[in-house]
Amino acid sequence: MHAHFLDPYQPRPSLIHALDPRVKLMLALAFILAAALIPIGAWPAYVLLLALALSVVMLSELGAGFVLKRSALALPFVLAAIPILFTAKGAPLWSASLGPWAIAISDAGAQRFFSVLLKSWLSVQMAIVLAASTPFPQLLLAMRAVRIPRLIVAIFGLMWRYLFVLVDEVLRLLRARAARSGDPDAAAGMGWRKLTTRLTARRGGTLAWRAHVAGGMAGNLLVRSFDRGERIYAAMTARGYDGEVRAFPLPALPAGQRIILGGGLALLSLLVFLGYLV
Amino acid sequence: MHYAPAPMHIPDGFLSVLISVLFWIVSLAFMAYALKRVNQDLGEKQVPLMGVLAAAIFAGQMLNFTVAGGTSGHLLGATLATVLLGPWAATLVMICVVSVQALIFQDGGLLALGANIFNMAIVGVMVSYFAYQTIQKLARGRTWGRYVGGFGAAWLAVVVASLATALELALSGTSPANLAIPAMAAVHTLIGIGEGLITVGALGFLMGARPDLLKRQEAGAPAGRIVWVVGLVIALGLAVLSPLASSHPDGLEWVAEQQGFIGLAQSPLYNVIPDYAFPGINDPALATIVAGLLGTVLVFAVALGIAFSRRRRTRAAAG
Repeated sequence: MHAHFLDPYQPRPSLIHALDPRVKLMLALAFILAAALIPIGAWPAYVLLLALALSVVMLSELGAGFVLKRSALALPFVLAAIPILFTAKGAPLWSASLGPWAIAISDAGAQRFFSVLLKSWLSVQMAIVLAASTPFPQLLLAMRAVRIPRLIVAIFGLMWRYLFVLVDEVLRLLRARAARSGDPDAAAGMGWRKLTTRLTARRGGTLAWRAHVAGGMAGNLLVRSFDRGERIYAAMTARGYDGEVRAFPLPALPAGQRIILGGGLALLSLLVFLGYLV
Repeated sequence: MHYAPAPMHIPDGFLSVLISVLFWIVSLAFMAYALKRVNQDLGEKQVPLMGVLAAAIFAGQMLNFTVAGGTSGHLLGATLATVLLGPWAATLVMICVVSVQALIFQDGGLLALGANIFNMAIVGVMVSYFAYQTIQKLARGRTWGRYVGGFGAAWLAVVVASLATALELALSGTSPANLAIPAMAAVHTLIGIGEGLITVGALGFLMGARPDLLKRQEAGAPAGRIVWVVGLVIALGLAVLSPLASSHPDGLEWVAEQQGFIGLAQSPLYNVIPDYAFPGINDPALATIVAGLLGTVLVFAVALGIAFSRRRRTRAAAG
């Protein structure tokens, strides 16, 4: 049982994959910053930003379906912005009365709601392309290049290395619990029957007891991780680790990559400028 | 699969640039101080231990339990990390967890990461520490103090973090304070109970299996005076600000407008619509639609062009 399903990296022979990770990280951050800087309701600039994002997605050869599916992850947060549709002051676009209450969607509210939605969706697409086209060790190199403290990068690196081991550990814990306490979800099969079983099945014990069991698993996981951390430290010490995180110096950015970085930043600045112009 | 995003990670686009940058600065300051403190306390052990425990908290967030009707509660872990590691190491661990969630799993945005770190790593840990220490002091070392403290700290940390999230959204003009704050607080009052119950379960297990892990942290407690005060200030500040903000949403919006960023965000909107007037089209709505259609056609032309040229190239390479 391996937890590789967690690793978002998708190897493809694409131009985006071939970019230097430093350029990719900086351009992705610049894109997200540009999306945030473009004012609410500057639709022409948004359309160009969308064109840019779609081109990058296509160039990355990850497949629009893959990116769309992953970008849906951020969707539930839209709930937080829905009230703005009704509360922003402006000319009403649509109104309805629910008994004693009257609700109205204002034009300003709609502008802001859809702007936030689009900005958020575009930003998440860029983050997905970055994560799916760059192996994590390369991303660590890029983080060092943008001056994230070396210790933090080292901790990220170790975290990534043991993430899959510990996720496997959690999956084993969950499987053991399912095997011992009769998981009605697992027994229910698929489809409609699964749904009705999930809704109506009697769960073992009280809610507090179930939470207690999950808590025990969490405690168990932490104890094992503490011990694992000690063993890793001992192993690292045995191999000469003295607290100093050493790394190879980063190679200089080739001229071609510099041009791509400069061109991308210029394009994004132009888009932000356009956003303020219209 | 098992990976479920928590409702507290703010994606990009929901926070104004000013708020994002402000919280990045606060979070970076806390991170620098936490790094310094952990370096003093743990020395060369910090990288392996922090790395593995960050991975453990990340993986531990998959541990869930069924609540009712197909919903489930799951662990967030800030309180547990605080109790086990002390405030500064826990801050560092939670910063790593939240950052990797944003960077790799797009759970929370990158520009919004500063705010997410503040809510989940800094507020979560500081408030946990404040509540846990206070309740333990009140219990004078009796066993119930540990459990009540764990439950109270976990609950309070989740609720206060959700208030911080709602306030950030309100300050950004994305979510009106009078709706966002009560809604976030109500949802997280329930989520907090789940978190509290799991934390108590974990503490019970640790008390039975490895009491030394809990005691080791408590032996070195006096170093946490600053953290206790910061936790108190955050908890009290948000507890006072949130009802104020939600009962005077216009006040908050007024503050935001005074600072200029809502105005900045909105002013183009009103000036723009007449300017959209497409040559020959007088109706602004129609002009907008035409501009939108043209833009969309442009987008697909660009994207399709690139795709075709790529395909031709790969076919040429294959043949």
